[in-house]
Amino acid sequence: MSKPLKYNPRAALVDIYPPAKDNTAQCTHELDTQIVTAVDKQVAEQEENVCIRVENLLFERWFIPVFESLNFSVKAGETLLVRGTNGSGKTTLLRLLAGILDPTEGRIHLPELPVAWLGHKLGIKDSLSVRENLQFMARFHNMQPTDKLINETISQLDLERVAEQDAGSLSAGQRKRCALGALLFQSEAIWLLDEPYSNLDDNGMKVVDRLLTLHQQNGGITILATHGALTPQSLEVRELIVLGYQDSERYRESLA
Amino acid sequence: MSAFISLLKRDLLLAVRSRAEVLQPLFFLLVVVSLFPLGLGPGPALLARIAAGVIWIAALLASTLSLDGLFRADFDDGSLEQFLTSGHSLSLLVLAKIIAHWLTTGLPIVLFSPLLAVWLNLPREALPVLVKSLLLGTPVFSLIGAIGAALTVGLRQGGQLLALLIFPLLIPVLILATGAVSAATDNIGSSAYLLWMAAYAVLMLTLAPFACAASLRISLS
Repeated sequence: MSKPLKYNPRAALVDIYPPAKDNTAQCTHELDTQIVTAVDKQVAEQEENVCIRVENLLFERWFIPVFESLNFSVKAGETLLVRGTNGSGKTTLLRLLAGILDPTEGRIHLPELPVAWLGHKLGIKDSLSVRENLQFMARFHNMQPTDKLINETISQLDLERVAEQDAGSLSAGQRKRCALGALLFQSEAIWLLDEPYSNLDDNGMKVVDRLLTLHQQNGGITILATHGALTPQSLEVRELIVLGYQDSERYRESLA
Repeated sequence: MSAFISLLKRDLLLAVRSRAEVLQPLFFLLVVVSLFPLGLGPGPALLARIAAGVIWIAALLASTLSLDGLFRADFDDGSLEQFLTSGHSLSLLVLAKIIAHWLTTGLPIVLFSPLLAVWLNLPREALPVLVKSLLLGTPVFSLIGAIGAALTVGLRQGGQLLALLIFPLLIPVLILATGAVSAATDNIGSSAYLLWMAAYAVLMLTLAPFACAASLRISLS
């Protein structure tokens, strides 16, 4: 079914990605005026660029903290890599940022941007083909699912050969690629990706890196979690280490 | 709005793909209704008297059968998390799912009800009222059932709990509907019953999407 496309990757990227938007303009509204009006003007200028700010964030499950309380901020155009051991609360942190969970304590300041969430559950339908899944995602994110857009997305994801197959018949890596397609329709959003590299082959990991680089160049924010081995290769990232409560000093002291 | 329409279309497409699941409640309905004459004896007078009640209870059971799956597939494959984080109004998306559910389970029941009425020897003058009452009542099944489905979607044995949760809320519909049909059988006006049912349907149409959205947020966290 899928005919070979005469495909120029750069051109397609420009088509799918609208021209870079000035995210910083929308970011200032959440800034605490008390801090901004403080004496130190330099701080204010630095704060100007801060998009996401997390203060003393704590989440408890059955009254036990999941991770040690977190403070960090992310600027427009930054990619934050959340590292931590298994069970340290990386996924919980991302779910808190996505608004699926509510924090027990602390605050999360988010700009008025949509959030693109990709978790362990991919949100694609097994009984629909790759093409139908992408068409739904595009329409769902308010984009016109023209053949051109969908074909370009499919070739971006390197899924041409299986485009007409049911998603349920694909391998885990191919399904992951299909789910990554949703990100291409949400170029203005804050990307929250939980283990985006899992199940992917070398080529698939390059696809993720390419998407991340584009998003970064576009001024978008990405926060991705990984347990360590698989990290972005070709772009600049800042790291945040999440310390699980069970690994913390406080926990050891409470046992003693 | 584009998200609403896209979700409605997707759910209808999924229903077409999994025809067996969609037809199951309908066959269940036909089987349950056809069991009653076998169990109670096929006397035409008896059947005519119980016809409306039997059809209504069978329709209620058949609707409940399919409700458990209303949000479960989306919960399992992560679509619900996507809905929640998408920034679209969750109530609106839920409404799209409820409408799709009614179109695939409620509407077929309404369309098949004349056949069932003939099986059970329902008086001919009561037939339009039965169809009208189902047309007003089956959306309420979907709307109230969706609240229960949203509350129980995270549980493993959600299906049984779901039935316990929603049956009490559906009792008014059952009373009004069978009242309407027996009024029509006795040649008394049935429009009062039907208007009350319409009022109940409108009330649920306004409130259920919000209750559903709130329940889904609880189930997901």
